[in-house]
Amino acid sequence: MKSIWFFVGLLLTIMGAIITASAVYSLFHPPVQTKIFSDLHPDLWWGIIMLFFGLVFVFMNRRSRVS
Amino acid sequence: MAALGLGAVDWLVVVIYFAFIIWLGFYLKRFTKTQEDFFLAGRKNSAWVAGLAFLSANLGALELLGMAGNTFKYGMYVAHFYWIGAIPAMIFLGLYMMPFYYSSRIHSVPGYLKLRFDEKTRILNAIAFGIMTLLVSGINLYAMALVLHTFVGWNWDVSMWISAMAVAVYITMSGLLSAIFTEIIQFFLIWFGLFLVAVLGIVEIGGIDEIFARIPPSFATLWSTSGDASLNGMLVTWAGIVLGLGFVLSFGYWTTDFLVVQRAFSARDLRAARMTPIIASFFKMAVPFLVIMTGLVALILADDPGSGFALLRDGEQVNYDSVLPLLIQRYYPTGLIGLGVTALLAAFMAGQAGNVSAFNTVWTYDIYRALINPKASDATLLWMGRVTTVVGILLSVMTAYWAKGFPSIMDYMQAIFSWVNAPLFATMLLGMFVVWITPNGAFWGLLAGMGSSFSLFMAVKFQWINPATITLSPVASDMAANFWRAWWAWLICFAVTILVSVFTRKRPRTELVGLVKGLTAEKAAQTIPFLRTPEFYGIVSIIILIVLNVYFW
Repeated sequence: MKSIWFFVGLLLTIMGAIITASAVYSLFHPPVQTKIFSDLHPDLWWGIIMLFFGLVFVFMNRRSRVS
Repeated sequence: MAALGLGAVDWLVVVIYFAFIIWLGFYLKRFTKTQEDFFLAGRKNSAWVAGLAFLSANLGALELLGMAGNTFKYGMYVAHFYWIGAIPAMIFLGLYMMPFYYSSRIHSVPGYLKLRFDEKTRILNAIAFGIMTLLVSGINLYAMALVLHTFVGWNWDVSMWISAMAVAVYITMSGLLSAIFTEIIQFFLIWFGLFLVAVLGIVEIGGIDEIFARIPPSFATLWSTSGDASLNGMLVTWAGIVLGLGFVLSFGYWTTDFLVVQRAFSARDLRAARMTPIIASFFKMAVPFLVIMTGLVALILADDPGSGFALLRDGEQVNYDSVLPLLIQRYYPTGLIGLGVTALLAAFMAGQAGNVSAFNTVWTYDIYRALINPKASDATLLWMGRVTTVVGILLSVMTAYWAKGFPSIMDYMQAIFSWVNAPLFATMLLGMFVVWITPNGAFWGLLAGMGSSFSLFMAVKFQWINPATITLSPVASDMAANFWRAWWAWLICFAVTILVSVFTRKRPRTELVGLVKGLTAEKAAQTIPFLRTPEFYGIVSIIILIVLNVYFW
């Protein structure tokens, strides 16, 4: 079966991509109600970090198999 | 009024999480063919996999929410639960107890009691553990529904049933294997979901030094105000912390509670099993960054009228559990809120899965096979494990509804651990390290310890005795009473076990080989360099623990 780290990476990639996409959309369509530090765009940076970690995990474990 | 409002993207994140873990359960089912696969994940896991699952099974959302709230009330003293209240016990388990557990090839902690002592001691512990697990599982489920209802505005019944059914599906499919897989995924979601809250909180206050400069001095220390119980918010002395929390409650939970120990049993070899709690100890020490920092940030914000921050209130009562949800609401935009809610859900479900997978193993091996069907085949045990999972979940849901009707049973949750785990630690300690402890000594000691802990709880609860009688201090909080009651229960179990053992028949030494220190050949790891041994990592963990305690003294 696939290694657990592959699945961790897969979920982080999916969630990171969704959060990043949502953050990019917010850049062009800012919400009416803003949060503290919304000018720092924490969702964009955090989404990219999750995406990065997710892709690294997926890439490193794409062929790994556990007996 | 709900603190968190979810947008479409947030819902998408939550739905993907549920779909993913249920799909994973179905994927893993095809690799679960034997009872060994179902109950012990095939004993194939690496130390890292078992270690992260070991910690994740303990990292319930109630703990995250509750401890962040407790930090608001007590300050840095809450870190004792993560440091002295966990690390020494985890290292002790890895270095000294795991060789006996793992090498005896048992399926459960009660299974060790059967090998070391006899059937009646095993059954006593199995029944107590089963009841404790279902109660804790149900109360956790109730707490989760309450949290989601209060902070996210979800329907109480719907959120409870959906979460319970999701756990039932993936545990029924693949047992401990899917429990461990999802626990590791949940571990990452918890960190990714909550780490940023702490970071943004620190940024808003102006740095960690600024946080410690702005909180009351007694909230910023770990030990310097523990000489007198009235000087600290927890109303406990250093003796209560060291004996009750650091020794009995901590060792009782981390070394004997099958919920966490089961993860180490799934390791692929003895070295991996010994490394399991030691790897977990490093991450356990880091958890205060999530809960202590957020609690302290909330404390400072609540004291600043200009911040616009205030904890939720239920009438006159302050809702301390609202610290984390309110900070998520304060800092997280759409998308990240979904991640934060998923992190809380993941933490609840990891704890739930841990309880259920431990319960189905103890029921199947230590009650069903021991008492009802000793000749059960591999297929029958596998079937029983799956059925027990569903039944266990349904019983948890019933307990949750019971808790809803009687909210005061929430108060009993901490107490339940001191009824079962504290005396069991005395039994295990004597059993593993003293050859002449007898089966009757263990049984009557365990019974006396459990009975005395329960009696002391009732006596204090209904004011039959003055709490100061057991806490040895004129002032004491409920928390301090828990610490001290655990200590007395342990001591009574310890003393009765020794006393009865002196007068009862001992088992032949030949039957105890591999189960007791002194009768077991020490397998020196000659082929492994010292820098790769569990001992080395255990020493590193203890050094970090000492540094943290001295730094925050």
